[in-house]
Amino acid sequence: MVDLDFSRAFTVNSRMDPVLSTVRLTVREAVHTLSSSEDGGCIFSTLGSLKRYLGETENPALPEEQEEFARIHFSTFLRCLVGKLSPDWLELLPDGQLEELWASFFLEGPADQAFLVLMEAIEGAASKVVGLPDHLGNRLQRENLAGFFPQNYFPLLGEELLQALHVVVESLRGGLDCSVSFLSQVLGKACVHGRQKELLGVLVPRLTALTQGSCLWQRVCWRLVERVPDRAMEAVLTGLVEAASGPEVLSWLLGNLVMKSKKAQFVMTQKLLFLQYRYTTPVLRSLLGYLAMDSQRRPLLIQALKELLETWGSSSAIRRAPLAQQHYISKAILVCLAHLGEAELQDCRDELLASLMAGVQSHLDSSLPAVRRLGMIVAEVASAQIHPEGPPLRFQYEEDELTRELLALATPQPAADSPSEAGPPVAPVTAETTNEEMVSSGGPQAQPEGSDSELDSDDEFVPYDMSGDTELRSSKAPVYVRDCVEALTTSENWERWEATLRALEGLIFRSPAATQEVSVELAKVLLHLEEKTGVAGFEALRQRALVAVTVTDPVRVAEYLTTQFYALNYSLRQRMDILDVLTLAAQELSRPGRRQKPPQRGPPGPGPQPGSPATPAWQAVVEERIRSKTRRVSKGSAGQGPAADPNKFNSVAGYFFFPLIQLFDRPLVTFDLLGDDQLVLGRLVHTLGALMYLSVNTMVAVPMGKALLEFVWALRFHGDIYVRQGLLSAVSSVLLSVPAERLLADLPDELLEAQSWLADVAQKDPDEDCRTLAIKALLLLEKLRDKLLPPPPP
Amino acid sequence: MPLAPGTSHTSDFAGRSWSEAWTEGRDTPEAGSRWKRGLGVGSMQGDSGAFLREITHALLRSPGDCIPPSMVAPPSPPPPPPDPQFVLRGARSAVHALHFCGGAQGQGHPLLLSGSLHGLVHIWSLQTRRVLATLDGHAGKCVTWLQTLPPGPQLLSQGRDLRVHVWDLAEGRNAIVDSVCLESVGFCRGSVLACGPQRWMLAMPGKGGDEVQILEMPSKTSVCSLKPEAEARPGMPMCLQLWQLVTVAIRIPVLIPVPVLIPVPNPVLIPNPTPEPVLADSSPLPLLLAGYEDGSVALWDVSARKVCSRVACHEEPVMGLDFDSQKARGVSGSAEKALAVWSLDEQRALQVHGTHQLTNPGVADVRIRPDHRLLATAGWDHRIRVFHWRTMKPLAVLAFHSAAVHCLAFATDGLLAAGSGDQRISVWSLYPRM
Repeated sequence: MVDLDFSRAFTVNSRMDPVLSTVRLTVREAVHTLSSSEDGGCIFSTLGSLKRYLGETENPALPEEQEEFARIHFSTFLRCLVGKLSPDWLELLPDGQLEELWASFFLEGPADQAFLVLMEAIEGAASKVVGLPDHLGNRLQRENLAGFFPQNYFPLLGEELLQALHVVVESLRGGLDCSVSFLSQVLGKACVHGRQKELLGVLVPRLTALTQGSCLWQRVCWRLVERVPDRAMEAVLTGLVEAASGPEVLSWLLGNLVMKSKKAQFVMTQKLLFLQYRYTTPVLRSLLGYLAMDSQRRPLLIQALKELLETWGSSSAIRRAPLAQQHYISKAILVCLAHLGEAELQDCRDELLASLMAGVQSHLDSSLPAVRRLGMIVAEVASAQIHPEGPPLRFQYEEDELTRELLALATPQPAADSPSEAGPPVAPVTAETTNEEMVSSGGPQAQPEGSDSELDSDDEFVPYDMSGDTELRSSKAPVYVRDCVEALTTSENWERWEATLRALEGLIFRSPAATQEVSVELAKVLLHLEEKTGVAGFEALRQRALVAVTVTDPVRVAEYLTTQFYALNYSLRQRMDILDVLTLAAQELSRPGRRQKPPQRGPPGPGPQPGSPATPAWQAVVEERIRSKTRRVSKGSAGQGPAADPNKFNSVAGYFFFPLIQLFDRPLVTFDLLGDDQLVLGRLVHTLGALMYLSVNTMVAVPMGKALLEFVWALRFHGDIYVRQGLLSAVSSVLLSVPAERLLADLPDELLEAQSWLADVAQKDPDEDCRTLAIKALLLLEKLRDKLLPPPPP
Repeated sequence: MPLAPGTSHTSDFAGRSWSEAWTEGRDTPEAGSRWKRGLGVGSMQGDSGAFLREITHALLRSPGDCIPPSMVAPPSPPPPPPDPQFVLRGARSAVHALHFCGGAQGQGHPLLLSGSLHGLVHIWSLQTRRVLATLDGHAGKCVTWLQTLPPGPQLLSQGRDLRVHVWDLAEGRNAIVDSVCLESVGFCRGSVLACGPQRWMLAMPGKGGDEVQILEMPSKTSVCSLKPEAEARPGMPMCLQLWQLVTVAIRIPVLIPVPVLIPVPNPVLIPNPTPEPVLADSSPLPLLLAGYEDGSVALWDVSARKVCSRVACHEEPVMGLDFDSQKARGVSGSAEKALAVWSLDEQRALQVHGTHQLTNPGVADVRIRPDHRLLATAGWDHRIRVFHWRTMKPLAVLAFHSAAVHCLAFATDGLLAAGSGDQRISVWSLYPRM
């Protein structure tokens, strides 16, 4: 750097008059001496000779020479001086003569240049301080000292920063002005280096304690963060927000920083909320709590809420943003709402309600249950806050850990007395207590009769299993399948209707021949069946009956159902029911060994059959006895494996599959798979994938696979995540079900296309599940290739 | 009809009862064999099949569904409900009355008497499990109540032909020796109380629909008629139970004489402890518990002919009640879905202790086992329910019958018999006494 400047000076001055080139030569010599010589006397005399150019000596240089030196050579020379500054160098001459001379150049020369050079030097020093572990690590490689490992060094640096701050505070108390710029720079540099955790882990708890009671310390802290250079602000702030144990702490450490620094405001209200989503809930709480704590900062919170709701409600964000980010934004909204009062919300109520309503709509449209649930929870809480006088919004969703966490956020957290107590909230132990209550409320408790000591042994009465004690249904179910059609279509006797529904599955399996006579009729009745009375488990009963009909007469019922899927005037629910039934029936048909053991799913229909124990105890006894008396010649799997059996789905798979895949791109008046009804499309894709998978080892698998790959190809850029997931799993099922040789022989082009698409999805898809599925499919493809193409000879 | 077993033409039914009972309560082995599940399709292609199975399973759920968390299995599952010890068939119509009898003189084997819808009374030997004799005295009308009397094998049978017959069964006889005319045609069963070696008191539904008539037997003289006050309007009496409280009057010279009522388990056996300084009537106080049509249970002081206490236990008519004089606690069942447990305090006031909800409505009969440890109820829902009497903890639900259970009886050794509309009598041995 010095040489470069010097050469530039040379080229600039080369065309000047020769008088001035003497100055250049002198300076050049001096710089050379300074950089090479170890002799104190020599250095001293060299410096002394240059001092001439500053004037103020007994033998000053010519004025034009002085001017030339000040204009061109001074800063170069000063940099050289700064570069030489080291304890060893200063002690080359005793009594600090060299130091005095060194300092005099800065004090007596042109002040502006001296200042600039000194500032450069300070910055360089900060970099040195922060970069020390890296430098040492690079230089010493394996011989590095433990103290200079970053994880040890930066806590130490934190301690030292704290010491310096102590000094600053002491001198401020003593009435002296101080600057913390250097400390800010060190702090910023260390954070930019990614050492927030080590440095702030030491600094923040100590500063928390110090700032808690002292305004002076708070002001010093504010100043410290303010002076952090803009380019390091984000690193420092994210580190602080993460390290602070609560909003109060952030408020003590930062003050109204967000109002003073644009950069800080951007980081706190935009970057941490919208652009990143890796922070935990407590971090989010402290961040938004910090914004809420001061009246000056509260407008920022309201602004943040508006923007959050807008983002939350944007349908494109819902479609494209990863689920984790949507979850993060929902959490932020709930925390904001918990902080804002009704009066503040009142001012921007219309705006908020508008984004909320749009958002609810888009969330409920999503085909991912998690997204729908987020929409429901946020809408419930937000509408209660924004529009408290209106009727409360209630959705039906299942409670789980996630919903509980979100709902807990909506209630303002009581301010902890000290930040150290604001640890993770202890989960209330509710589960056990409710269990106990249930046990003890088994019956009206008789008054304890202590005098009945002889009765204490009664407690040894062990209750028998009473699970069979269900409500008695008086109405008799029909005995013939044919009667069921009539019983289900007439509505006057609802008890008979319900009994029929409950008995239907068993009847169908008991009399397959009779069922085949009325199968399509029965399927039609069941498909259009609506829940009239609150029959528990109606949906499951109806579905099981439909599956049973389909399994009993697969060709005709599957034909009927698949045509109905694309028929007019069905609800989406019914269409999805059709898909479910087809999948379940295919699964049942392809299940090995179903002939021997008819399925006994669900609870057996209630009836007067005497004492039907769930697992006959005597059977276990008998089996055990047989086992103990039987001598087995060879011990193997003891006949546990299912017997080999042809896949019953083989002959009928086409009836299930091809009608479904044919018409998907022809919109009806009420049903548009490629338009609004993407949820059904997603289900259709999943169903096709499952049918493909279930037709493994069947003859029809190859044409099915070909059709399915073409179908996937047509839809591969679909915007809905659920559809894409279905497509990816469909590809996997093709790879699993179609024999490998046929895949390569019949569908090589499709495979190649699929591979490039899969690779693309695995890298770029916003949804994590999609990426995982794509990777799995790629792995399957890889496996296929390994199997077919022999490894190259070594 | 001869009493010798084996010669009766009804015995062929009884002879099959044991083996049928053995198979009836169970599934056949074929039906009960385990159903193996699994989606394994012939040759699954290595590990990759596993995740596809996941996909398929995930698909089979609709997107809004979550699989509920599986129930946590208790450490040891409760034993399966027991089967009847044996079943008696051959009543040929619904069984409406049951009574255990200690056995004929000299013979140690207990008998079970049953009364049927078609007016027959069958006498079953519990040893051979066959009918010993059939008594036909009610003109084909339902027999609603059976009771043997302590002196000799004498049997009381109440029928809906408005008769209560007294049968002499001694030495193989089966003849009606006496009968009383009833004045009410309801299903209310009578009740007896022994008052002396050859005297007993009989309570029966009386005339007018709401009265209870008290007779002294065997003289058939009417003692009194208990008519509720006009404004009470409890409706018909539905069930009766006579019992007896021994009043031990302790006269302490200085203090004001206070009669202290102490319930004594077996009043007949306990001699009056203070034979000389007695109150005017030192004889045991006959009391009557009556369940009424409006769901209330009333305690009558028979000698004073007045209601001591009345408490509304149910919304529906009381169908059966039983009283444990040892604990001064009783239980009643009605047409509704709950049992009521009530108690009697020292001022002879009834108090409802609590109710116990049942799964299905309708209790035809309630019986406390003679050792006061178990309670059994006969349900219209075909099930017999067994409770721990002290705590009312449910112990078992016996689902054997295929029609409403009408009556229950406990033998002194703890055997439980239940008669049902399916024409069968099931006999159970639950929690045998230790």
